[in-house]
Amino acid sequence: MSKLSPKAEEVLESLWVAVEELDRVACLLTDLDLTPGDETLRELEALAYTEIRGERLYLRKEGRHEAEMTVRRHRLAERLMMDILDIQGEEGNEQACEFEHLLHQGVDTKICTLLNHPTTCPHGKPIPPGACCDEARRAGEVGVVPLTELSSGQSGEIAYLAANDDKKMQKLMSMGVLPGNRLEVIQTYPTYIFKVGHSQFAVDDALAREIHIRQR
Amino acid sequence: MSQQQNALPKIILVGNPNVGKSVLFNVLTGAYTTVSNYPGTSVEVSRGQCEIDGQNYQVLDTPGMYSILPITEEERVARKILLEETPHRVVHVIDARNIERMLPMTMQLIEAGLPVVLVVNILDEAKRLGMELDLAKLQQRLNVPVIGAVMRRRQGLEELRHALSPAPVTQQGAAYDSVLEAAIGRITDTLNGSYRLDKRALALLLMQRDEEVAALVGKIEGENTVAVEETVRTVIFEKRSDLNLQISLERKRICRQALDGVVQQKVLNGLPWSERLSRWTMKPATGIPILLLVLYFGLYRFVGGFGAGTVVDYLEGHLFEGYINPGVIDFVSQHVQATWLWELLVGEYGLWTLGVRYAVALILPIVGTFFLVFSLLEDTGYFPRLAMLVDRLFKMIGLSGRAVIPIVLGFGCDTMATMVTRTLETRRERIISTILLALAIPCSAQLGVILGLLSGVPGALMVWLCSMVFIFLLIGFLSSKIMPGESPMFYMEIPPLRLPQLRNVLVKTLTRMQSYFLEIFPLFLLASVLLWAGKMSGALQGLVSLLLPVISAIGLPGEATSAFIFGFFRRDFGAAGLYQLQTAGLLSPVQLTVAAVTMTLFVPCIAQFLMMKKERGLKVSAGIFMFVSVFAFSAGWLLNILLLATGLLQ
Repeated sequence: MSKLSPKAEEVLESLWVAVEELDRVACLLTDLDLTPGDETLRELEALAYTEIRGERLYLRKEGRHEAEMTVRRHRLAERLMMDILDIQGEEGNEQACEFEHLLHQGVDTKICTLLNHPTTCPHGKPIPPGACCDEARRAGEVGVVPLTELSSGQSGEIAYLAANDDKKMQKLMSMGVLPGNRLEVIQTYPTYIFKVGHSQFAVDDALAREIHIRQR
Repeated sequence: MSQQQNALPKIILVGNPNVGKSVLFNVLTGAYTTVSNYPGTSVEVSRGQCEIDGQNYQVLDTPGMYSILPITEEERVARKILLEETPHRVVHVIDARNIERMLPMTMQLIEAGLPVVLVVNILDEAKRLGMELDLAKLQQRLNVPVIGAVMRRRQGLEELRHALSPAPVTQQGAAYDSVLEAAIGRITDTLNGSYRLDKRALALLLMQRDEEVAALVGKIEGENTVAVEETVRTVIFEKRSDLNLQISLERKRICRQALDGVVQQKVLNGLPWSERLSRWTMKPATGIPILLLVLYFGLYRFVGGFGAGTVVDYLEGHLFEGYINPGVIDFVSQHVQATWLWELLVGEYGLWTLGVRYAVALILPIVGTFFLVFSLLEDTGYFPRLAMLVDRLFKMIGLSGRAVIPIVLGFGCDTMATMVTRTLETRRERIISTILLALAIPCSAQLGVILGLLSGVPGALMVWLCSMVFIFLLIGFLSSKIMPGESPMFYMEIPPLRLPQLRNVLVKTLTRMQSYFLEIFPLFLLASVLLWAGKMSGALQGLVSLLLPVISAIGLPGEATSAFIFGFFRRDFGAAGLYQLQTAGLLSPVQLTVAAVTMTLFVPCIAQFLMMKKERGLKVSAGIFMFVSVFAFSAGWLLNILLLATGLLQ
């Protein structure tokens, strides 16, 4: 499959958002800054991704998957810019817009895995899952969940601590919250209470989220 | 004396919070430091002496620390001792039940080259949990003296004393895996100076970005510091992915090896009843009713009803009014001619009639009953459970559940509580709790008098209670919005519920009463003298007329003014002044309630202010002082208008 032009990708993206998230049936050509004879439109129509009826541009069934993937790449790019490279605000948005067009041939899968298969973009909109996300979910069924996902009475082995704050990590570790130790949840509200060895500890949501448990 | 004491060889007690360091300190020295069943009771270093085989030692009891790398203020205090003192022995006290979790710190201490003696305490409870420990084997592996103990019952004390006297042999720390050792080696190679602690331990602390150790190294290394810092930075960068974790896991591995075959765990069936009760106290559905019961019986019935009612009535109404006072007044009248002296001794603000009578007959029974309840609850281990229950609520006012301990202690004595705020982790939390203690938390003496004062008027107590709760939450909420800083995190060890030991509770209550009495009694006398001088010179009249417009503005009779001026000397002193006004029938229910609310909010006593200044600095504490004064009268003014407008309490 030949690679779409950046402009065509932008059009697909806008269409997908309009149809999937704003519940519209189509977009006005003028809203997309397009005129009927445009290069971009010809490119999309040649692939049967879109269709013009009157003033409006429609997303065809054939183009839906490709459109979804462009949205996914855009939102992954936003995550990468803002979370990892720490480029915030308008600058982050602009960089993401340019960067998304480079995320082809498996690069998006790599980035998605690097970002640990995020489900939402920094603006809170959902990121359409790719094949890698589904696979990770299937593999993760046995796997590791934050302490907050356990209910009282459940227990497991501490898999890892996710805190990025050194002090928090050291505190947890000095309380015996170390990978490999068994942990039993006693209570989850109003604070989490768990038992490690013969000691009980109370921690709040924020700390509980950092403790990841492998259930058995 | 301190000169002489400093020359003595030192024994330093260290260990996790709530493992019995203070109990050990008490049995070693025969002194008394407060022992409780919650972590962080000792916030300061206690010093005492003991004699073993004819040699005197100075014993230092440090605040609890989880690791040699400090995070909280109290851990920093404890670690500072290890950095600065040259001990004869370092006694590491651990809880037998959690030996696996606590042994890593023993390793750290040994690694630091400290002369460690390990005390495995609380063996009795470990046995009850089905644990068997082979401590001889552990001693062999660690190569330092290991003593099994139940210090509460003095078991193991003699063995410990024997182990303490001989000169220690310095031990080598256990080896980590080769990668970590290589990193440690690179840093130790750059350290040229001579240190109290072993260089391997210093290297590990530097790798974990310990700022105090970095500063110490900077001071000793001089020009070489740059090279050290460079190496440390390189190592940190190379191991950036999981340095802390790697160190912890290595320590855990070494401890597992040391404990292999030492601990046998039998399987027990069912939950012990204390564990069941513990869970009831922690679940909101049962925990909140339990809390209300504790408050009702502990505070309202026992402190308010029995302490401030029965005991005060007997001491004040029966003993003082009926027997002691007439006798004393007669005696003084016969022997003293000068009016001024008569006034000073038994006049309206006399040393005896005001100072001694208030302190002994009014305040002491109330404070005493409060401290009794507090000590009892403390020893059961109830407070950490309370902390976890209120954590969500406290988060809204910018505090973590941990702050419940200074706040509850504030109901006993705000001065003590202000000192305990240092166990909170962020400056923001410390300031917010200091404000709340100064403003909305009445101390036990004041609380007792106010409960006694308001219980006669139906509804007044409710209005007072609602006002205080509302103001507490409102000011907490506002200050958490105004104060910059991230919201605190909450974590706390929940100790097992224990049946309090009567002796410990009594000794603790008496010690607290004694220190309270020693602190307030001179102030009561001083206050009497100042008030007397004021009355004689007319200055009091001046001060009264100065404050009079404010008092009138909040709808109170002019006579109440002097009670507010008393309040400056002691909070409870002012409340007691109100008590007298009410007995004389000078206050309507509305006035009584307004006066009680204003008085509760009004400026902290002198002692609390001095403690605030010590803990938070002059600027912050002066700011709090101003705010509290203005706020108290504004709130009183508003409440007066509200009560009059709504016709409540009339």
